[in-house]
Amino acid sequence: MNAAAPILLFDRVICRFGDITAVGGVTCDIAPGSFVALVGASGSGKSTLLKTVNTLVAPTAGRVLFGGEDVSALNPARLRRRVGYVFQGVGLFPHFPVAENIAIGPRLAGETLPPARIAELLALVELEPGMATRMPDELSGGQRQRVGVARALAGGPELLLMDEPFGALDPVTRAALGAKVRELHAALGLTTVMVTHDMAEALLLADRVLVMDGGRIVADETPRALLAGEGGGAAQGLVAVPREQAERLAAMEGLGESRT
Amino acid sequence: MGDIWDILPGLGDKLAAHVVLSASAIGLAMLIALPMAVWASRSPVVARIALGLASLVQTIPALALLALFFPLLLSLRAVFGEGLPTLGFLPALMALTLYALLPILRNAVTAQANLDPGVLEAADGVGMTRWQKLTLVEAPLSAPFIMAGIRTASVWTIGAATLATTIGQPSLGDPIFAGLQTQNWALVLAGCLASAGLALAADNLLWVIEVGLAKRSRTQTFGGMAVVMLGILAALWAQNAGSDERRIVIASKQFSEQYILAQLIGARLEAAGYAVEYRDGLGSAVVHSAVASSAIDISVDYTGTVWTNYLKRADNPGREVMYETIREWEWRSNGVKVLGRLGFENAYAFAMRADRAAEVGVTSLTDLVAVAPRLTVGGDPEFFERPEWIAVRDAYGLRFAGSRNFAPTFMYNALQSGEADVISAYTSDGRIAADRLVVLADPKGALPSYDAMLMLSPRIAQDQGVIAALTPLIGAISVEAMREANLAVDREDAAKMTPKAAAAQLAVKAGL
Repeated sequence: MNAAAPILLFDRVICRFGDITAVGGVTCDIAPGSFVALVGASGSGKSTLLKTVNTLVAPTAGRVLFGGEDVSALNPARLRRRVGYVFQGVGLFPHFPVAENIAIGPRLAGETLPPARIAELLALVELEPGMATRMPDELSGGQRQRVGVARALAGGPELLLMDEPFGALDPVTRAALGAKVRELHAALGLTTVMVTHDMAEALLLADRVLVMDGGRIVADETPRALLAGEGGGAAQGLVAVPREQAERLAAMEGLGESRT
Repeated sequence: MGDIWDILPGLGDKLAAHVVLSASAIGLAMLIALPMAVWASRSPVVARIALGLASLVQTIPALALLALFFPLLLSLRAVFGEGLPTLGFLPALMALTLYALLPILRNAVTAQANLDPGVLEAADGVGMTRWQKLTLVEAPLSAPFIMAGIRTASVWTIGAATLATTIGQPSLGDPIFAGLQTQNWALVLAGCLASAGLALAADNLLWVIEVGLAKRSRTQTFGGMAVVMLGILAALWAQNAGSDERRIVIASKQFSEQYILAQLIGARLEAAGYAVEYRDGLGSAVVHSAVASSAIDISVDYTGTVWTNYLKRADNPGREVMYETIREWEWRSNGVKVLGRLGFENAYAFAMRADRAAEVGVTSLTDLVAVAPRLTVGGDPEFFERPEWIAVRDAYGLRFAGSRNFAPTFMYNALQSGEADVISAYTSDGRIAADRLVVLADPKGALPSYDAMLMLSPRIAQDQGVIAALTPLIGAISVEAMREANLAVDREDAAKMTPKAAAAQLAVKAGL
């Protein structure tokens, strides 16, 4: 029973902003070590739900438990240092060099990361140690997001939250970084929750996919089950897009082969 | 204009005072505006109120804002005691600080509002506390924009600080005001040049710091700051080196006669071994209270002025009774010693150009009544508020087509150019004779007398050395001698004199 105790538990979480209900009553638990993708169209409430975990958003009603503790009762600064967070906009501090950006979480906790640890973190995301002294505006988009991931991992978090982490990247960088994150997830024994609007990415990376629509979870399936047609209409609508693309590509390939 | 280059090197102490005043005002404004901006960035209501108030202050003319602090501080003495200065550095600092708030506050608030929201979310996301977010992220990223606001504030403040002269704070405004009153344009230009040069220098230095902050170059940022600090320290040092002992402070109001008499008094005291200091170009209302509070030690005031403004009397009991009443009242109520009368009057009188007076057939105020509805009357800025004007107007039933205000020096030009037909002239003014003006008779005796009196502050009222040095002035200056000295300063031809030279000549004329 203890092994199965959820690291994260959403208990009837509701988030309202004025008249708009972004999250309309979500109950769900996440087991340690899982890689969960939170998929949905824009405005489905997936980012808002993610931000209730590190209290960037406070729920209007309901509770979020992290390791069994209500996050609203924890010191927000201390909680956020235990939870790695990767942003869509990367959010590197433009006035700090790469090394200081990576070391910011431990620095806030009063701890100085030695250069060797910075180099180790850079190596984890496949960046040269020489990058440490660069300023963020000297890096490419992909390099910046790699630094963003290194920063999220610097404090040795138990939980990694990613909010559309690869949204602004080109497809090649995106695929490479996605695979890298999946690899780190396994190697570091993390629990990962990733918000994305790209069902293909979710199916390829996650071992559990939560589909959100109108502020509610409408499907909670494994990638295999979703591909087998489970999860209902909204989920299948999202799965249909990459499937159709894959089928058309395969058909094109078949056509090309028959020509030769 | 070659004399500008002779005047500029002598402005060192004014420059030092100007730098210290401006730097203090900007420093204080930063201490107020920056925390306020942080608060405003957390609350839109605070932002609206703070920016609204700062903008409101900007709509008050700087000159009025400076003057308003005098009565304010005077009333605050009830709380803080008699030691609270009402003139000079303190009110100038307060007014200029209020003036400097807006650009600093506005830029700081705008900078915060324009910070990348992604970076701010990241600051929260990595677990920064509010204070860490402010010091590690918001402040460094806003710094170049805040610096731009400080630059604007500095240029404004250095310009506005020239007006501090009017409330008795030495600044680069001293030569400007003295030059304007005595029509010494080289002096005006020298003052303007010095303050403009200072403003440009400050602007450029702060720009270097601003660029240093934007480029995140520590060398440039701290280098620029070091130069600024050195400049301020040098000014402070220069100022303190000059004021080792308390000097005798002599006031003058904003017209030539006052500058000349201040120099005459100063020269006699210096000859008697006293160190003196001049506070030139003070507002008339400020001088009387300044002497009573010993912020200033010596002034020349006029019986009619004190009678109406401070005794609040509207009657006219005659010249001698008026003087004795004032002398007794000053001593009893204020501890101010009226040493005596200098011997001449500088009364209000109505004057016209001789040809214009002949044309409309006017020789007295009684004659004026019939033609007044076709004429424009000109007066100094306070004249139409004064009881003398009201007394004359009501005694004769005067009704003019219009009235206009002029600075005393320009009133006579207005008469010559026809912008005014009648002006409120002063009887000791040299230009009455020089311009061949007709002074209208006052058969009803509605205008009170204006004997010039030498006033000593409570601090020096018993100083026998001062009294001995100044007593020979009593009764020594005839109205003709005073007119001649005034004309020598006011004229614009080659015979123009500085107030100091005119004072020396007046001393000879008076047999001193």
